[in-house]
Amino acid sequence: MKIRNYWNLRDFGANIWENAGRPMRVAIVLTSILLVGLLPFMGGSILATPIASFDAVLVYPVGMFVLMSLGLNIVVGKSGMLDLGYVAFFAIGAYTMAYLGTTTNLNTWEIMPIGIALAMIAGVLLGIPTLRLRGDYLAIVTLGFGEIVRLILLNSTWSKGPNGIANIPMPPDLGPLEFELKNQKVFFWVVIVMILLTIWMIRRLTVRRPGRAWEAIRQDEDAAELMGIHTLKYKIWSFTLGAAVGGAAGVLFASKNLYIAPEMFTLQVSILILACVVFGGIGNIWGVIVGATILGYLPDRIRFISDARLLAFGLVLVIVMNFRPDGLLPRKKREKAIVKREANA
Amino acid sequence: MFEVLIDQFWSLTLAGISLGFIYVLVSLGYTMVYGVLRMINFANSEIFMWGTFGTIITSRDIFGYTQTSAPATGSKLALVLVTQLLMSMAIAGLTAIFVEYVAYRRLRAKGTNRLATLISAIGISIVLSELMRLLTDSRPVGSPRVLEKIILTEVWGANIRLDTIVTIFAAALIYFLLERFVQLSRMGKAIRAVSMNEDAAKLMGVNLNRVITTTFLVGGLATGAAGFFYITVFEYSKFNIGFTMGMAAFTAAVLGGIGNIRGAFYGGLFLGLLEVYASAVLGTQWKAVTVFIVLVLVLLFKPNGLFGEAVQTTRA
Repeated sequence: MKIRNYWNLRDFGANIWENAGRPMRVAIVLTSILLVGLLPFMGGSILATPIASFDAVLVYPVGMFVLMSLGLNIVVGKSGMLDLGYVAFFAIGAYTMAYLGTTTNLNTWEIMPIGIALAMIAGVLLGIPTLRLRGDYLAIVTLGFGEIVRLILLNSTWSKGPNGIANIPMPPDLGPLEFELKNQKVFFWVVIVMILLTIWMIRRLTVRRPGRAWEAIRQDEDAAELMGIHTLKYKIWSFTLGAAVGGAAGVLFASKNLYIAPEMFTLQVSILILACVVFGGIGNIWGVIVGATILGYLPDRIRFISDARLLAFGLVLVIVMNFRPDGLLPRKKREKAIVKREANA
Repeated sequence: MFEVLIDQFWSLTLAGISLGFIYVLVSLGYTMVYGVLRMINFANSEIFMWGTFGTIITSRDIFGYTQTSAPATGSKLALVLVTQLLMSMAIAGLTAIFVEYVAYRRLRAKGTNRLATLISAIGISIVLSELMRLLTDSRPVGSPRVLEKIILTEVWGANIRLDTIVTIFAAALIYFLLERFVQLSRMGKAIRAVSMNEDAAKLMGVNLNRVITTTFLVGGLATGAAGFFYITVFEYSKFNIGFTMGMAAFTAAVLGGIGNIRGAFYGGLFLGLLEVYASAVLGTQWKAVTVFIVLVLVLLFKPNGLFGEAVQTTRA
């Protein structure tokens, strides 16, 4: 029994965590943050990516994917709504940054709240009419929303159509930390801070009223409504918070990439982010982080099979889903057992 | 704004109907599988794309046509067209069965959550499209013209072209045959039974696995036929054409009420006409936006599609 535990990484980790005292926990958290923060210096090791520069890969796709997956996880994992148009919020954030950054004097940190606000407004506007729908219907409407946003960007003059917007300004220096194109370590650290803030937000919300409401909605929406939960309100909240994270990721992405075009915001990105969430383990923050890290990192790591790397990616999705349908690090077992018992009853 | 629409109303209508029939056949691939499994057959767009290559391979490699050779005539024409159609249907049908085996069967046996199945289907569709990208070197592949695009007659200022007519009539015939198969045959009855109530159907002795494989096969055959008509009209294929087609066909299926074969028929025709009219009025670049806005409106006011059953809440 004990030996098996070493193989079951999630239970092994949970065991250590449960048995540790407060100082131990603080130490574990700080050490892991420090280790992750030092990742950009590992460029020369076995982790290196053959073609793209390693610290750039760590920011996008890996860091951004983790951030967006955490945002999407609020919608898909916590409240059980299938959203296939998540890239729209990412695009709204990115275009806010690109447009305001090139036409006004505002810098990235000043545009960040505007981008987040616009993404949230879009989330509410989409949410009010569509969140009455469920399941696959919701999926197809959100998918349509993502495509509409992309097509509007592609066909509007202010967004410069298919040419995209170039010369987006970099963020201003944060004290001694300079943002450079060649050296993206600082971007990576900013992403880590944003990820930590998101995790903090999710964890606080999960143990409070909204988290319980989402959980109830995910398990049985009708029952939740009968218990007096204003389901539409909490669904819109979950949608909007997910949108906010997507918008924030978009603002930083535009500022990091210096150039954006509509072709970067296709349905494929939405699907990839959803794949990260499901691949890692729906609803489990650590699972989602692991999933997004692997799926963000893998295509760049296996560039040596350059042409076939997406093929390999597809195969990995099929195989992992077939053998671990709940993802690499599933939700807690007890919860699953309850769901199973109720399904059988 | 509306001049183009009024000027060319009848030729647009004709184009819309032939496009609509292609949508009808592809959306059958979605709607049949949805009816039985209550799941989106995400790989159907790639099944369609593989089907289009069946047509190209037949004319180019089996019959040796090239881009410059003269179009076929008489009985040779009929032979080539029928072989192309059967080849497309066969390839698409086999691909559909492969998708069911690899992406759906194991997960269904385990009875796992729907998202896992969706991701596994997404995975297999990435595999299918990437495989074709590697095989074709990411280039578009032109199809030799076998059916000459003769203008038969002119009615109300609209040119009636041979390929449009062939598409409309042959597609309608295939739709009709498949619909009769589902309505009348023993297997079709089993498919409908499973779609109504899986457990009850199992108790009545329906072989669930065989029904599901057949459903995928029938959907694949329809989708493959659509691939043939697509090539006859547009004369080229590429590894990524499936995406746009899949989106449109899925929209058509939802418009008509997904899971409902007649719904796919009306939804496909409606969407085909709508797309053609919308691009005449607003310009082609806004075509897809119009389609999605209509879809959202339909879902809001008639959430089960125009011809769907009452399924909104039961399929959460």
